[in-house]
Amino acid sequence: MTVVLETRNLEKRFGGIIATGNVSLSIEKGARHALIGPNGAGKTTIINQLTGVLPPTSGRILLEGQDITGLSAHARVGLGLARTFQINQLFADLSPLQTLGLAVSERLGYGHDWWRVTGSKPPVMAEVVELLERFNLGDVMEDPTSQLPYGKQRLLEIAVAIACRPRVLLLDEPAAGVPEDEREDILAAVAALPSDVTVLLIEHDMDLVFSFADRISVLVNGSLFVEGKPEEVAQDPRVKAVYLGEEAHV
Amino acid sequence: MLLARLSQEEVTGRLVGRAHWHPLEVLFWVAAFATIWLFPSKHLILTEIAWLALFALSLDLILGYAGIVSLGHAAFFGFGAYTAALLAKHEIINEPVIALVVAGLAASALGFVTSFLVLRGTDLTRIMVTLGVAFVLREIANQNGWLTGGADGLQGVTMKPILGQFRFDMFGHNGYVYCLVVLFVLFLLARRIVNSPFGLSLQSIRNNPLRASAIGINVNARLIAIYTIAAGYAGIAGALLAQTQAFASLAYFDFERSADLLLVLVIGGTGYLYGGIIGAVVFKFMHDYLAVLTPQYWPFWIGLLLVVLVMVGRERITGWTAPFRRMADRLDWRRLRPRGETTEGR
Amino acid sequence: MLTILFDGIAYGMLLFVLACGLAVTLGLMNFVNLAHGAFAMAGGYVTVVMVNRWGVPFFAALPLAFLFSAVIGLLFERTLYVHVYRKPHLDQVLFTIGLVFMSVAAVDFVMGSQQVFVQLPSWLEGQFTVFGVGIGRYRLLIIVICGVLTVGLQLVLSRTRFGSRLRAAVDDARVARGLGINVNRVFALTFAFGSGLAGLGGALGAEILGLDPIFPLKFMIYFLIVVTVGGTSSITGPFLASLLLGIGDVAGKYYVPTFGSFVIYTIMIVVLIWRPQGLFARPVGR
Repeated sequence: MTVVLETRNLEKRFGGIIATGNVSLSIEKGARHALIGPNGAGKTTIINQLTGVLPPTSGRILLEGQDITGLSAHARVGLGLARTFQINQLFADLSPLQTLGLAVSERLGYGHDWWRVTGSKPPVMAEVVELLERFNLGDVMEDPTSQLPYGKQRLLEIAVAIACRPRVLLLDEPAAGVPEDEREDILAAVAALPSDVTVLLIEHDMDLVFSFADRISVLVNGSLFVEGKPEEVAQDPRVKAVYLGEEAHV
Repeated sequence: MLLARLSQEEVTGRLVGRAHWHPLEVLFWVAAFATIWLFPSKHLILTEIAWLALFALSLDLILGYAGIVSLGHAAFFGFGAYTAALLAKHEIINEPVIALVVAGLAASALGFVTSFLVLRGTDLTRIMVTLGVAFVLREIANQNGWLTGGADGLQGVTMKPILGQFRFDMFGHNGYVYCLVVLFVLFLLARRIVNSPFGLSLQSIRNNPLRASAIGINVNARLIAIYTIAAGYAGIAGALLAQTQAFASLAYFDFERSADLLLVLVIGGTGYLYGGIIGAVVFKFMHDYLAVLTPQYWPFWIGLLLVVLVMVGRERITGWTAPFRRMADRLDWRRLRPRGETTEGR
Repeated sequence: MLTILFDGIAYGMLLFVLACGLAVTLGLMNFVNLAHGAFAMAGGYVTVVMVNRWGVPFFAALPLAFLFSAVIGLLFERTLYVHVYRKPHLDQVLFTIGLVFMSVAAVDFVMGSQQVFVQLPSWLEGQFTVFGVGIGRYRLLIIVICGVLTVGLQLVLSRTRFGSRLRAAVDDARVARGLGINVNRVFALTFAFGSGLAGLGGALGAEILGLDPIFPLKFMIYFLIVVTVGGTSSITGPFLASLLLGIGDVAGKYYVPTFGSFVIYTIMIVVLIWRPQGLFARPVGR
């Protein structure tokens, strides 16, 4: 298998505090890789470094063999690395239709177009329609995002990332805060991701992790602790200790 | 999971339809042009409204769409005004329309250069930088009196006829038509811009720059672009004032002008292009009324209005512009329509 | 040379006393208060009225100026500002500019538009020479008072219970609330105190900066530079920024009179390019 996304000795310090230290992670093409760990282990900090939101203090990030450590966030998206956010980061005033129309226009290279109306390109709209259908957003496509029910916002959050047609998708707790009756849509959307898309999932919900992932890395105090197949990780006594001890440490 | 099938044609219509001309919009511009014949005695104040509306439209592009709070937009206004006045005075470019374009380009260039400072940091640093740029320009104009006339203003400007045909008459008839046409043309351009993917990306940046860059938008490049365009608009607005008055003064750079402009825009409402125009009409007539009453304490009324506007809530006060907003944005958010009933004539 | 440095330090320290309240309110509530200068102006004018018209001794007038501005600050904070904290920055800007305009017009109406001066006790006028350095008596007084205030502020912030609450609230208002700190009260008190300091600064600075109704507009940019260059995470940052600005401005106007007024803008631009988060800001953690 080929490694698609790799970090080498990734380290991030905030002042004297090491948020992530010496993280070397390899994610294989087409993998369903989960990154788990207790609160404050540095999972989101890793995602933020991978996507260019935070510059690492030291270490390197490679996407399909190319060093992307110094690239800007938007340039990484262009190379096929997209993400969702743990807390929804959407365009409150725009509708799902506009949001997806924008995302697809950007990806297809119409982002600089300042003359033609958004949506006047048929290839853009074909994809937008497909996304609206796939994520069940058709009935709310013209509502401003800020007024959508939370579950719909969560779906849009994932749909926007998919609209970037990523080769590597980073999902930061996709089901976080979604009420029980709306979870199904989210889980179905995650499960239906094309198999050639490599997925790195951060999640607290162990049911979701074990039903989805074919490989799991455990992060504790900013460092990689254990990595392996789900059944190996589930059996690992050290992992059990970390999770059992979590409440005592908080 | 049940998936509703959507027709691409209909979805496209919904998105593209937002940019169609609403009958009210057509009516608005017909009425605007009708003032040429209906109110010939008001052409002087209407001229002021026209350039102020263009100036506010310029601020709306960066504030209402891209979310950049500027307290120094007068920098570009003044720069455009002096450029146009100097071009005419030294007979470098005698034809006003060409001079207008050159003044706009000059202001754009200044906007481009200063945009790099505006990109950095928070709203606060932006406020400081925009304020600072306007101060610096005013000071430069003040100290180079040999060129600008210093505190006395740039006098002795004689304007040649527009397109070699239409003289700037003392009643301001031709000047008004000229300003109105320029406003309309630039409005059309702005309308195309804001409805394009580029324009939509600006709104996305205002809403959430983090997500905007996460869908591959080069946030800085877009902000530089719109800041440069808006600076050009402001420069043209200033040039229109300089040309119709045949004069330019340091006051064009004043902080008060930038602050007044913010007020003009928020009276009409931000983010839908018509706000600046409506605001300019209201502001000018209000100014005419209050300034006659107490010319010296005019700033007090401006201040009071700003405070009241914020305390009561801008949305509530500018609620009366809602019908105008809808004509730019055809969808009424509050009215959720069941699917299937929405295919009317798009 | 040293005289200019001395004048610059006096000017800078004055700026610090004027602006430090703004730095704290900005750090605390992320509130952009462009009307800060109006409270300084209030302190200045009340001193002028007390000293020149009522014959109150200068040194008695200073604490009264502080009190006056602090009370006005508290009043405005409780009645008006408190409604604007949660609004977008644009609203904060509009609101505080509105206050500035109203204060400018109101002072113009009551006091007239001409520049006014405080009648100083005669022993504060003139200068003396130490090792060839000309030292203005009044400027020395400013340095002493502002220096004492700065040290006092630092002590209050680092040693007292209120100081630690304030720092906690600046760091993270949500967490501070969770710890049972009444952030609103901390803020109201800080706002009042900051306004009071501005008022004191206005009283002290009337002589050096010149006092007229457009004072809040003239010095708005200086205050903004102090807080953006200095950052809002400590009071050391704004203090150093004030000194830099004061010395830069005085030296600039002396050595290169034609470009003198550009010096501070050059400082501002260089700092912004070099360190957009502010010269003395600590690295931001997330």
